[in-house]
Amino acid sequence: MTLDKTPLGSAARIVSVAGSDIVALRLMEMGMVPGAPVRVIKSAPLGDPIQVCVRDYHLALRRNEARAITVIVCE
Amino acid sequence: MSAVTEILPSKVDPSRLRDSQRALTIAVAGNPNTGKTSLFNALTGLRQKVANYPGVTVESKVGQWSLAPALPPARVIDLPGLYSLDATSLDEQIARDVLLGRASKLAEPDVVIVTVDATNLIRNLYLATQLIETGLPMVVALTMFDLAERSGLRINVQKLSDALDVPVVPVIAKRRHGIDDLGRAVVSAATAGLRQKPAWCFSIPAENKLSVRSDLNSESWQELLTARYRWIENVVKESAEDQDAQHPNTSERIDAFVTHKFVGPLILFLVMLVIFQTIFSWANLPMNLIDHVFSALGNGLRAHFPAGILTDLLVDGIIAGVGGVLIFLPQILLLFFFITLLEDSGYMARAAFLIDRLMRAVGLHGKAFVPLLSSFACAVPGIMATRTIESPKDRVATIMIAPFMSCSARLPVYTLMIAAFFSGQKVLGFISLGAVMILGMYLLGIGVAIIVAWILKHTILNAPSPPFVMELPPYRLPSFGNVAHTLLARVGVFLKRAGTVIMAISILLWVLVTFPRSSVNTINDHMTQVENSYAGQAGRLIEPVIAPLGFDWKIGIALISSFAARETVISTLSIVYNVGGDSGAQSTSLVAALRNARRANGSRVWTPLVALSLMVFFVLACQCMSTVAIVRRETNSWRWPLFMVSYMLVLAYVASLITYQGGHLLGFS
Repeated sequence: MTLDKTPLGSAARIVSVAGSDIVALRLMEMGMVPGAPVRVIKSAPLGDPIQVCVRDYHLALRRNEARAITVIVCE
Repeated sequence: MSAVTEILPSKVDPSRLRDSQRALTIAVAGNPNTGKTSLFNALTGLRQKVANYPGVTVESKVGQWSLAPALPPARVIDLPGLYSLDATSLDEQIARDVLLGRASKLAEPDVVIVTVDATNLIRNLYLATQLIETGLPMVVALTMFDLAERSGLRINVQKLSDALDVPVVPVIAKRRHGIDDLGRAVVSAATAGLRQKPAWCFSIPAENKLSVRSDLNSESWQELLTARYRWIENVVKESAEDQDAQHPNTSERIDAFVTHKFVGPLILFLVMLVIFQTIFSWANLPMNLIDHVFSALGNGLRAHFPAGILTDLLVDGIIAGVGGVLIFLPQILLLFFFITLLEDSGYMARAAFLIDRLMRAVGLHGKAFVPLLSSFACAVPGIMATRTIESPKDRVATIMIAPFMSCSARLPVYTLMIAAFFSGQKVLGFISLGAVMILGMYLLGIGVAIIVAWILKHTILNAPSPPFVMELPPYRLPSFGNVAHTLLARVGVFLKRAGTVIMAISILLWVLVTFPRSSVNTINDHMTQVENSYAGQAGRLIEPVIAPLGFDWKIGIALISSFAARETVISTLSIVYNVGGDSGAQSTSLVAALRNARRANGSRVWTPLVALSLMVFFVLACQCMSTVAIVRRETNSWRWPLFMVSYMLVLAYVASLITYQGGHLLGFS
């Protein structure tokens, strides 16, 4: 599952970050590396961007960027 | 004294010791929102100034820190926040270049203090470990230590320091806890000099730091990056213990409202409303006060100095000119006060989060919201704030539309026009026409900005939508000290501008209006004097061009001078119409002078339609030398500022023409 499809509030773990471009680099530098815990909190009033909690801090990213991140929901 | 001798290692290299007698250069680096600026303020107190990085001419803060009594005060540089040495935004590139000694004319810092937010150890240590690997003398300042402890996190500082191989000092900047320890650690690090690379190096050695992206194939950089995070996770697991894993997240609870689907936008609207209400009404009191002070000063000088050309220069040129600009100080201070408050509290990122989708509709970025909001105070800081936008094309597009936001310098123009021609009139019986018109001018600027941004982003600045990845920092109570520091720095910059650029323009303008001297020089002949002066000649030269907009040559003079700075238009009109001239009894107020001004054929120069046309012109034209200069600096070419001035001038002319001629056709005058 990709991060943009992850149900709100459920705890997940990052499996991989696609691509080798600036977006992937930036996402990974910000701590979104494979294995990191992540949780989608909400989407902005107009549906995009989304607010996620990764490594206990909050990050806003557009759905387009979130699509590059594959996660596994751990329940 | 004893502190220094204590920490010096027993076998000190004499050359290093001699070295330590010169002033040290210390760079403070760290992730954004980690208390970097608070620490900088705690270290340097009021001994700081806003300067530019040499070569790149980007604003930086440099301060003095009395490390130890025996040493000369160290030079401390507050770097822009960065997440990694593989910089993406301009801000980050600057910080990296200074750290690695790549900034021209700026030596590598002697010691780097890395701030690491104790409440967000893992991500903060990413940059810290990258920096430690450079081998630069380094000290980690563990900020927010009190917040971490309160949330139940127990950090073993010694263990952390051992693992990282650099000294770690917990600090609580606003209570000045740990500052002395930090100072000792810094002197010690400077004395020890370059360090060995740690055993756990993750980057490919030496010159790799510039671009992981180009030098490595995608596989290996991802592996290295992940390995670094794994290692950091282990270090944190070993040295910190979360005793209260399920602590409630206050920021998330605040966000439940602030970024709520319905409540969030409402709060954003209210916040903006309060800001604008404050700036446009509460600022009046101090503004009137400044006005009175300068009038009194001018009158006082007139009374005590012999009448003559020098007194004229002093009163009509310098005091009227500089005073007319200093009046805006309260408004600018209030706006910066709010912007600092919003930024320090963490709200600004939420506003960008809420607004991103809308900004994307015109092809821009949520991060463009902050620069555009700042531009309502003044486009100069607004344009400087675009540095956080990663994509260069988006950044330029944001810069190009920033001057459309009605800045505080346009307000007096609107105010004067409304006072003279639209005062006392009501819309729907109870709303003041003036307020509606000012609102209309703001909306006109915003509307044109949206259209221009859309066009630019679909033509010359066409680029794929840039990534939007932005930290939403935890909400924090803004510290009074930090806000005060920012405001003081702003006052300094503004006063410097008023004392240099504005004063120079005022004097120049006065000279242009006063020379060549007409033979007659009585008050009645003031108009003859102005008409024959250099400024008058220039005004009459452009009169045919501006006549279709409803402007005569006197307004032409005001227009020409306003291209230096909008606010000079008031002082120009005052000089042209000789308001507050040397005979108190005969001087009329500017409003009355405008109302009574006649053309040669006896018709009124100023009508409500002329006033409206002028207001529209001022909304859209780029009449500000400072803006042009800052765009030149920030885009590093003359192409963009020239483009900006030309297209805005064309827009202003066309819009003004439509207003005036269209108004005529509709039967207004």
